[in-house]
Amino acid sequence: MENEALSNSDRRDFLVKLTSVVGGAGVAATCVPFVASMNPSSDVLAKAETEVDLTGIPPGGLRTVAWQGKPVFILRRTPDEIKEAQASNGGSDPEPDSQRVKNPEWLVVIGVCTHMGCVPNKEGAGWTCHCHGSQYDDSGRVTRGPAPKNLEVPPYHFVSENKIVIGKVA
Amino acid sequence: MKTKIINWIDQRFPLTSFVEHDLTGYPTPRNLSYWWNFGFLAGFVLVLQVVTGIFLAMHYKADVSLSFDSIQHIMRDVNYGWLLRYMHAMGASAFFFVIFVHMARTLYYGSYRAPRELLWWTGQGLLLLLMATAFMGYLLPWGQMSFWGATVITNLFRATPFFGDQVVIWLRGDFTVGDATLSRFFSLHYLFPFLIIGAVVVHLVALHTVKSSNPSGIDLADHDNIPFHPYFTIKDLYGLGLFLMLYSVFVFFIPDSLIEPANNIPANPMMTPNHIVPEWYFLPFYAILRSVPNMVGGVVAMGLSVIIFAFMPYLDRSRIPGGARHRPIYRVQFYLFMIDMLVLGFVGYYPPTDQSILIGQVATLCYFGSFFIVPFLSKVEERWLIKRGLPPEVMALIESEKHEISKKGGKL
Repeated sequence: MENEALSNSDRRDFLVKLTSVVGGAGVAATCVPFVASMNPSSDVLAKAETEVDLTGIPPGGLRTVAWQGKPVFILRRTPDEIKEAQASNGGSDPEPDSQRVKNPEWLVVIGVCTHMGCVPNKEGAGWTCHCHGSQYDDSGRVTRGPAPKNLEVPPYHFVSENKIVIGKVA
Repeated sequence: MKTKIINWIDQRFPLTSFVEHDLTGYPTPRNLSYWWNFGFLAGFVLVLQVVTGIFLAMHYKADVSLSFDSIQHIMRDVNYGWLLRYMHAMGASAFFFVIFVHMARTLYYGSYRAPRELLWWTGQGLLLLLMATAFMGYLLPWGQMSFWGATVITNLFRATPFFGDQVVIWLRGDFTVGDATLSRFFSLHYLFPFLIIGAVVVHLVALHTVKSSNPSGIDLADHDNIPFHPYFTIKDLYGLGLFLMLYSVFVFFIPDSLIEPANNIPANPMMTPNHIVPEWYFLPFYAILRSVPNMVGGVVAMGLSVIIFAFMPYLDRSRIPGGARHRPIYRVQFYLFMIDMLVLGFVGYYPPTDQSILIGQVATLCYFGSFFIVPFLSKVEERWLIKRGLPPEVMALIESEKHEISKKGGKL
């Protein structure tokens, strides 16, 4: 009886496979905390919201604020700039201006080039990224590559006429 | 007494046989030129980088509020800190210079061909490790170039399908390059050199299995191999002397020549410098990234431009020995490729204008094109050379070596 069990190679193969699978699963599960430890920590996540007072930005003026460590452009657009932004749908990533603003006077976009993450500079109408030459219009829409997408609009809402909170929709 | 100790060790550990087999007595082709010095030089620079790096780490602080100042502390207050730092910074450039020459030699003489494919591929792995190490080290001074270089390169991972954005945040440990990024880069910058040392051991085991290639491109018979010591120890040391002279000129006279001035400004996440450039050794690959108008395409092209060398053993179908030495068409192609690399390097350095983008795109096409035509060109060239006949001295060498090797029962 004992001999039979020992010489049963099917049983042995099964046990080898089973222990390999269990061992492999254990190794994979052990990797989880190590990989997760590299994700943003709680204190980093706590910086998720920023309140901005808009008073003091003149028409046509730009203010750059930090949100989650990233620059956010707040542009107070003049009527001419609004008209021009509404006249087109942008370039390679078409999107109407009305979908990119909550109030046409205020454009709020993340100032991080969608190509490689540089901060574009305000140059005349729109922005130019000096890293790889991408250009954006006054609605933050890409008008010249290599950037694939428009400047991202962060989640934000107006808490009063002159105050916004970035990081939360309402 | 000495022999007694060595005997005692030899009974427990293969000391003498290892030294004789792999160091002093290692059979080396007698016709190696100075182009074969660069493997040894790469090993030397690796040791130099590890040593200077360990000493720098004793004074460096990996914290966004302290790191920039700790570099100034090293430069001004630490005894010989300036020397350690300049040796390390110039050592990185020296490492790439030596590796690029080492690779160019392999391409020129066709040393990647059978049976040395694994040797070539482990070398490719070493290049990738070296690039990763250099890139992470460049963040540590926390200057403007450090910060924006790391931002751009970690952003490349946005091209990952499905989880692009999450991968970037995971790599950085923050929504932007920040303190979490700096400390993990420091940790990994310390780890990677030891991975490189491990990979170098694999590279050397492969080398000692297939032995060195040589300028003739023909496997030499035993009587044409000579012991490594003293012939090549002395040749390597002579090359090392020349290398150290050049290295010292950089370290002592023009130590800032390869450091971007913008990196003397502390990192500012709110402002990108008008002109960001990578270190010189990444310029050709950076130019390829910029040449492709589509982001994912650019990232793929840049990755491919580095690993495409690994395909050379299969792309090159010619059996003519000696690489470019006996192959006129391949030789012309080799030099054109070198020129193309230089053009890409210049394009990568200059800010993107319509003209420089166009030149970059043409050069990128030439870069990949030269790999794609190798299979056809090498076959056509082989047929032509066989029809024309190899130079008599080459034929004589092939015959005599074949005779010697077959006498011993080996095969060519």
